[in-house]
Amino acid sequence: MGVSTVKIAVCIKRTPDSESRFRIAASGATIDESGLKFDIDDFAGYAVEAALQINEKSGGGETVVLAVGPDTVQESLRKAMSMGADRAVQLKADAVPADGLAVARALAAELTSGGFDLVLFGKHAFDTSAGVVGTATAELLGLPCVTAVSQLDVANGRGSARRELEGAAELVEFPLPAVVTIDEGVARPRYPSLKGIMAAKKKPLETKPAQLGPVRVTVQKAELPPERAAGRIVGEGAAAVPELVRLLQTEAKVL
Amino acid sequence: MANVLVYAETRGSALRKVALEAVSAARSLADSTGGGEVHALVAGAAGVAAAAAQLGAHGADVVLTAESPALASFAREAIAATLAERARQGSYRAVVLGFSAQGRDLGPRVAAKLDAPIAADVVAIEAAGDALSVKHPGYANKVILTLAISGAPVVLSVRPGAFGATESPRSARTENVQLSADPGAERVTVKEVVEGAKGRPDLGEAEVIVAGGRGLKAAENFALVEALADAFGNAAVGATRAVTDDGWRPHSDQIGQTGRQVSPRLYVALGISGAIQHLAGMRTSGTIVAVNKDKDAPIFKVADYGIVGDVLEVLPALTAAVAAARSAGH
Repeated sequence: MGVSTVKIAVCIKRTPDSESRFRIAASGATIDESGLKFDIDDFAGYAVEAALQINEKSGGGETVVLAVGPDTVQESLRKAMSMGADRAVQLKADAVPADGLAVARALAAELTSGGFDLVLFGKHAFDTSAGVVGTATAELLGLPCVTAVSQLDVANGRGSARRELEGAAELVEFPLPAVVTIDEGVARPRYPSLKGIMAAKKKPLETKPAQLGPVRVTVQKAELPPERAAGRIVGEGAAAVPELVRLLQTEAKVL
Repeated sequence: MANVLVYAETRGSALRKVALEAVSAARSLADSTGGGEVHALVAGAAGVAAAAAQLGAHGADVVLTAESPALASFAREAIAATLAERARQGSYRAVVLGFSAQGRDLGPRVAAKLDAPIAADVVAIEAAGDALSVKHPGYANKVILTLAISGAPVVLSVRPGAFGATESPRSARTENVQLSADPGAERVTVKEVVEGAKGRPDLGEAEVIVAGGRGLKAAENFALVEALADAFGNAAVGATRAVTDDGWRPHSDQIGQTGRQVSPRLYVALGISGAIQHLAGMRTSGTIVAVNKDKDAPIFKVADYGIVGDVLEVLPALTAAVAAARSAGH
């Protein structure tokens, strides 16, 4: 046997630029999307890059990108293909529900017969910031799952990973096929080359209906958090330290 | 009336703060839906029954204990299977976990096993009859979402620090439970746990966090930040993304949108300009202090108290003054 190649699925989400200033839409239950720039979610971008690097290292395999959502997700799927993914699948839905288990159900239904050795997700997406879909998909597929991975290696049908904990890290090993959710640190996503962008236009993008099943978590209301009241400058340089400490003791009462 | 099942997370054999917060949140949920029981599962290598008193003090009626030498490392599959099995047997309104590294991992597993809806990183829970809604900050804390959840049980993971660990004493009965899967047969095996900074509290649990940014100019100047953390007694040390990207501090120290999101009682930002990416991780802190040489830096817009100046000049004076104030207060 030569170097083993792997077939990888990467499930991505399209989210607004995280540096945006958000407004609430008139419905009161969602953000106002007008004027926002959308792209592959940051963590999903790391997952795409991780998949491409694994397949480049082995010199073979396949990277398939999947996304649940309306036709606007095709732009993100195309971008992943311009980075180097081989083909894409859109699981079409009017919107991505807030019910992570429903999204996982749709992805699992598609992935179950795909013969993937590895299924990658971002550890969570910026908009829902929940981190449910990857792990729930693993469970529905009956596959081992490692979450919040900042280093990933696969070889000979096994994976090894570094998983970030609070103030510590776990080094783990697991058999393939497996699901892995990707944290920052794995790999900086590459920019698509002009050649990549041209090639992506000819790569297959398949659209199927998303089999979400029952949606039991819905957004009732979206609101902006209260602004912090503006504070004050106590003074300049080390000379201001005594006054700062006095305020921390007598006013803020935190010292 | 409906019971609530809680996963009470431990580190070593000690309960984590988030475990008590999860029990408190469960207690208040059970009380608001007619006064059901709170059942808390605590799993570990040995001695977990010792946690029963503390869990009872925070509102657990029943403490379910599971012990096995193989639980010395995180047995994600066995614990998820045990929680789901228990939830199936009882008539539980909810399964509550902490939104910690463990809880983030376990929650979706349990939800998928039970085919139960899940809401993660919850900061408020409201139950009225059969209706349940929760608040969850999305968009890196920039938008607060109110989620309506239908069905029972529901799986909820609570944000560390969002629910207080409130005393609600009762004498909990203890019950041994069998693990529903062999923790020695996990498909994901832990080879090693790499510990972070020794002797400091975790960023998610610390009352005081001192954090450094590029304004510190060099990795070795973090010794001054460490010294201030020591002066506070039990502070955690954090850093900005720029600093962890440069390798001055480990990735696990990063506070911000792509790192840890923290809410300590006091947050001291040292040489941090206050990029949106960083503010997303700390703006919910109680009191914020900032030291930065640029008076127009965005960090001063969220800081309660600011000092404009070179952090390397201010830090030694601040450390000395904090140490003096604390020793005078004792």
